[in-house]
Amino acid sequence: MNRLLPLSLTVALLFAMGIGLSVGYTALPLDILWHGLIGEGETGYQIVVQEIRLPRVILGAVIGFSLGLSGAALQGLLRNPLAEPGVVGISASAGLGGVIAIYFGLASSIAWALPLTSMMGAGLAVFLLFGLTGRDASVLTIILAGVAISALAVALTSLMMSLAPTPWAVTEMLFWVMGALKDRSMTDVTLTLPFMIIGWIFILSTARALDALTLGEETARSMGVNLRHVNIRLILGTAMCVGASVSAAGSIGFIGLVVPHLLRPLVSYQPSRLLIVSGLGGGVLLILADIAVRLIPSKPEINLGVLTALIGAPFFLYLILKTRREMR
Amino acid sequence: MTILSGHHLSVILNDQKLLDDVSFEVGAGELVGLIGPNGAGKSTLLKSLLGLQDLSAGHVVFQDKPLTQTPIEKRGRHMGYVAQGNICHWPMTVAKIVEMGRLPYQRLFRQTSQQDRNAVEAAFCAFDIEHLKDRLVSTLSGGERARVMLARAFAGQPDILIADEPTADLDPGHQLHVMNVLREQARKGCAIVVVLHDLNLAVRFCDRLYLLDQGCLKSCGESRTVVNATNMAQAYGIEALIGCHEAQDYIVPWRLTS
Repeated sequence: MNRLLPLSLTVALLFAMGIGLSVGYTALPLDILWHGLIGEGETGYQIVVQEIRLPRVILGAVIGFSLGLSGAALQGLLRNPLAEPGVVGISASAGLGGVIAIYFGLASSIAWALPLTSMMGAGLAVFLLFGLTGRDASVLTIILAGVAISALAVALTSLMMSLAPTPWAVTEMLFWVMGALKDRSMTDVTLTLPFMIIGWIFILSTARALDALTLGEETARSMGVNLRHVNIRLILGTAMCVGASVSAAGSIGFIGLVVPHLLRPLVSYQPSRLLIVSGLGGGVLLILADIAVRLIPSKPEINLGVLTALIGAPFFLYLILKTRREMR
Repeated sequence: MTILSGHHLSVILNDQKLLDDVSFEVGAGELVGLIGPNGAGKSTLLKSLLGLQDLSAGHVVFQDKPLTQTPIEKRGRHMGYVAQGNICHWPMTVAKIVEMGRLPYQRLFRQTSQQDRNAVEAAFCAFDIEHLKDRLVSTLSGGERARVMLARAFAGQPDILIADEPTADLDPGHQLHVMNVLREQARKGCAIVVVLHDLNLAVRFCDRLYLLDQGCLKSCGESRTVVNATNMAQAYGIEALIGCHEAQDYIVPWRLTS
């Protein structure tokens, strides 16, 4: 029973990745897809599959995993079903980091600059969030602190954009606000995946502590949980996950909000068990959203971040209503 | 045999003395009560004994070693703590909550061993909550919730259990039930420290009492020597009727001394 859910979500993720590979400007049948993938097909198909679609689905899977995982971890730590990297301003701050790197021309000269500045932006935001809210903060305080951080990051991003030296830079910066998986290459995967994996390890290492926190901070400490270590690991973990994700695909919101919420009842509300399944679910949802973006007949393609926000924002409102009822 | 002791503990927070030179000890098999008016420093003393509160002066000794030298993981396995208010942030089932008592023994993703299952089973039995297993904690009554939280702490098979007002908000029947179970566990060898507001429960069930007032230790010793007219008047500002029934003392707060 405990293994059924992660297993079926893994199958769903692989399945979604398969569909993600075949759907696009031209739909590719299975045999061409396979030959393109293993490098035995026509060169044209090979390039389409290996260099355009493969990076796209891989990024979709790992970014979705990162966002779902970070969302579940933040919600566990803050014991707040509304906490999410996007809602509390971590994504926006990571975007700001990226925009600063572009503004100062770092991004074009050093390949690592973008992921690094994004992660620094994300890290600063998580750190600020913890600092502003303190211990055992209420649901509302955390969200309000997040709104403030988010507003500041968005304002600074806009400032950077209006001061941008070239129109090209503005277009590039705009990408961070909208978020998209199109036109990504394998370089984006190799630049960001290592950071995400380290972030996953940091976050997953707090699984047990997140369970203990269900009973409050003092009880958790009395059960042998070192809260300071847990906080540091989660700050680093979410900063790396969200920062690296944003540097590769811009800010894609609400994945970390929707997925843990839907899956939580299926793991008996246990924060530790929610982590991995939220990651897997996040991967599935992001890839499906990216497929939808490609299938919706619009020119140019709708930005992925815009689509997730269109679905996520009403969902967030629904969650607020629900939380308000439960907290009364 | 003393299992946990605090020596000259002082806690000063924001220039306020929450705890002033208080010494405390509890031995295996003992049920010790902590009484005193609101804001007397009872919870602060509990947290200091658990190592959850930074001390301004004094030190705590646990199993013959300074508590600061006992790793936090080990403390988790040997000391149980039930905080005030019985917080549970997610709508979990009773079974999941009680299983949480085994968390100090478990690894990253909390794989359970046979030993874990046995301890959880025993805790369910001791607190008579087997029939609640599949209920959500949020749907329980105050008394059921208090028993579930105590069972959670006992599932960790601690050498000492520290509970902050385990009988608060309970009706008289459930209060007696909880105190009976605690006494039973103490007789089995566990050291138990409870904060109590109900002086009757304190005087009847506890082997020894500590009376705190304004951060200072007013009196300590055998229950009937602590709960006397002078102490009640000085600490609580009340005149109390103290009587005896079936060879046990009882106390009724009668009127305010003015």
